[in-house]
Amino acid sequence: MKISVYRYHPETDTKPRMQTFEVEERPGMMLREALLEIKAQDETFAFRHSCGEGVCGSDGMNVNGKNMLACVTLVADLKQPIEVRPFPGRPVIRDLVVDMTQFYEQYRNVQPYLVRKDPLPEQEILQSPEERDKLDGLYECILCGCCSTACPSFWWNPDKFHGPAALLQSWRFLADSRDQATDERLDALEGPYKLFRCHTIMNCVEVCPKGLNPTKAIGQIKDLMLEKSV
Amino acid sequence: MPIPHRKFDALIIGAGGAGLNAALRLASADLRVAVVSKVFPTRSHTVAAQGGVNAALANVLPDNWHWHMFDTVKGSDYLGDQDAIEYMCREAIPTVYELEHAGVPFSRLDNGKIYQRAFGGQSQDFGGDQAARTCAAADRTGHAILHTLYQQNVRARTHFFDEYFAVDLIRDEEGVAIGALTLDIETGEPLVIEAKSTLLATGGNGQVFRTTTNAFINTGDGMAMALRAGVPLQDMEFYQFHPTGVAGKGMLITEGARGEGGFLVNADGERFMERYAPRALDLASRDVVSRSMVTEIREGRGCGPNKDHVLLKLDHLGADVVHHRLPGISDICRVFLGIDPAKDAIPVFPTAHYAMGGIPTDRNARVVAPARHGPEEVVPGLYAAGECACVSVHGANRLGGNSLLDILVFGRAAGTDILRYVAENPNHRPMRDADIEPALARLQRWERTGDGDSVHAVKAELRKLMEDHCGVFRDHETMAAGVEKLNALRARVEDVRLQDHSKVFNTARIEALELDNLVDVGMATLMSALHREESRGAHSRVDFPERDDERWMRHSLYARDGDRMDFKPVRTKPLTVESFPPKARVY
Repeated sequence: MKISVYRYHPETDTKPRMQTFEVEERPGMMLREALLEIKAQDETFAFRHSCGEGVCGSDGMNVNGKNMLACVTLVADLKQPIEVRPFPGRPVIRDLVVDMTQFYEQYRNVQPYLVRKDPLPEQEILQSPEERDKLDGLYECILCGCCSTACPSFWWNPDKFHGPAALLQSWRFLADSRDQATDERLDALEGPYKLFRCHTIMNCVEVCPKGLNPTKAIGQIKDLMLEKSV
Repeated sequence: MPIPHRKFDALIIGAGGAGLNAALRLASADLRVAVVSKVFPTRSHTVAAQGGVNAALANVLPDNWHWHMFDTVKGSDYLGDQDAIEYMCREAIPTVYELEHAGVPFSRLDNGKIYQRAFGGQSQDFGGDQAARTCAAADRTGHAILHTLYQQNVRARTHFFDEYFAVDLIRDEEGVAIGALTLDIETGEPLVIEAKSTLLATGGNGQVFRTTTNAFINTGDGMAMALRAGVPLQDMEFYQFHPTGVAGKGMLITEGARGEGGFLVNADGERFMERYAPRALDLASRDVVSRSMVTEIREGRGCGPNKDHVLLKLDHLGADVVHHRLPGISDICRVFLGIDPAKDAIPVFPTAHYAMGGIPTDRNARVVAPARHGPEEVVPGLYAAGECACVSVHGANRLGGNSLLDILVFGRAAGTDILRYVAENPNHRPMRDADIEPALARLQRWERTGDGDSVHAVKAELRKLMEDHCGVFRDHETMAAGVEKLNALRARVEDVRLQDHSKVFNTARIEALELDNLVDVGMATLMSALHREESRGAHSRVDFPERDDERWMRHSLYARDGDRMDFKPVRTKPLTVESFPPKARVY
């Protein structure tokens, strides 16, 4: 099987190039394993990866034009020759490794933590199973970045638009019956960019490896804003 | 060019649950704290913990911390230190409430309280009926906890050094830990972090085995740093093989799958645990279940064309329970096996999972080592918590749900004691160039050029060696041969060369530094296993099948210098309650 990977090394290359490797395909082989075979052939090839089972979120990349996690992608499901590139729209550090600083900054910008103003009880804060179910589809985000780096609005304004991953987390706390900062959270999202740059292109939904739906979460934030303003 | 230095009150190496919980405690107290992690914090392997965290909340069935303590002591095969175990089981309850208050999205019961499920080795009333002690967020509890702790650290404005690799500890002439040499992975430039106190929270070393539930990053970095700093490792022979790794692949299938009612069958479709653990069945301790599985397979009752695994059945639970309570493992089964566990049985095999041993600490997470006045003298300024540490609360076998608990309780304890230590030692101790030399030498060693074996090839050989010579069942002959091979391999590492000497994001260099660590912890594991001539917990000697309390109810200590073995007594006296004396261990 042929795999063509993006190569760029800032110490030696003036511009990026694609390099093709031959890798022996095994039944059930995941793309991450194929990339590790390439790494064994050429140790200068760099990419991030760790858990190998889709929970740490390290190995997001662009494969045949679509963002995905290498460790949960069967090579058998990919059209050959497989073309592997770094996430689009992010500065490349080396090969498939991109600079995710702005992505993390936008995440930190949405106050991604529970805010509680009441005195804390001695035991747990009670929450019904129905209230808890509202967090399903939100808390599972692994911050891999597949969604935000597939979003044209984020490509254009990564410094101003929070992007789908951060906004999903914003809704995760707005939707939490225990959180007591709804007004502050909504106020902080005002303005033309942070939230409203989402044009419901829905690339984020298409690429999320965990099957989450940031576009829907963004819609729910907008609905709540509307509800609060009347 | 001189190496830049940064100064902090506290340095935390590792950003999993232990490191982040310590950091939260310190940052909330306005200490200047630096967290160094070779991956972005939410990539740490705590994220992969599935089933839950134990605390005797009694939300589902009657429970109290004393029963939890009994189960943990028994599960440890009486090698756990009972003072530390009492402390952990008492602290479990406020710790889980604190996490809930911090935002962890625990699953809920109809009355709004935290959902708790049954897990292995849990009992009511000191060995009676099954308990339900494991607090769960579906089967993504580790993910939920790690992200929440990171989020709270964002709130507390903790200073993170993301994608910095810790090369080695720096100690001064008197042996006081004064910081670490790190490497900025992105730029390839070294950075010295000076600190009044240093916490090792680097997690486990599962990558030393070929088939493992552990992530690529779990290379025993902190354990090896401690060894090189002259601190011995404790109880390294006790390595847990989780009964239900996906056969041949290694992904973890949580014990919660059996907690929810799943069970194991052999090729005859027999629920074989009935023969090995008539009362606890599939929820016996992990060591017991793993041995039973391997015995079934060795006696020819394995499943599949090669009779090399057994099956975990969940299909009788109904799609609703499987998909609602176990969504993560449903995903794993779909992606890696192409099956739906609500319909098809999962092929499983005992898989390298967790180090009970590690850097010896007391219950304040202070590193202790043999010195002039006894086997447990505090190494000033140095702390360890989480899987890299050995308090010891897990002894010879850890109970499921006790590792998330361990990282949280002792991460927090480390934070608390560091506050005290920094208040008593408010000044940075001077760091001389000579103090940094050994760490720099380790970095420079990999700059040698020329031909030689590749890191990749030697690492693969090491992992195969450890699997072949230090698995579920052990004997003298196999392990002695393993030590011999490992000695030869260790000598060969000297001749391994990097081909890539570039600076920017050179992952080959990081993997070379990790190989050094794996070889050191591999040797600690094999040497300790060879020396312990009894069977206890996860350490099963075919040639010494019985537990031998008279000779071996003691902790092992392996020192890197000369591969020396030493021993120290088990702390059998709890803090406030009666000691649990060793008994025959039946489930």
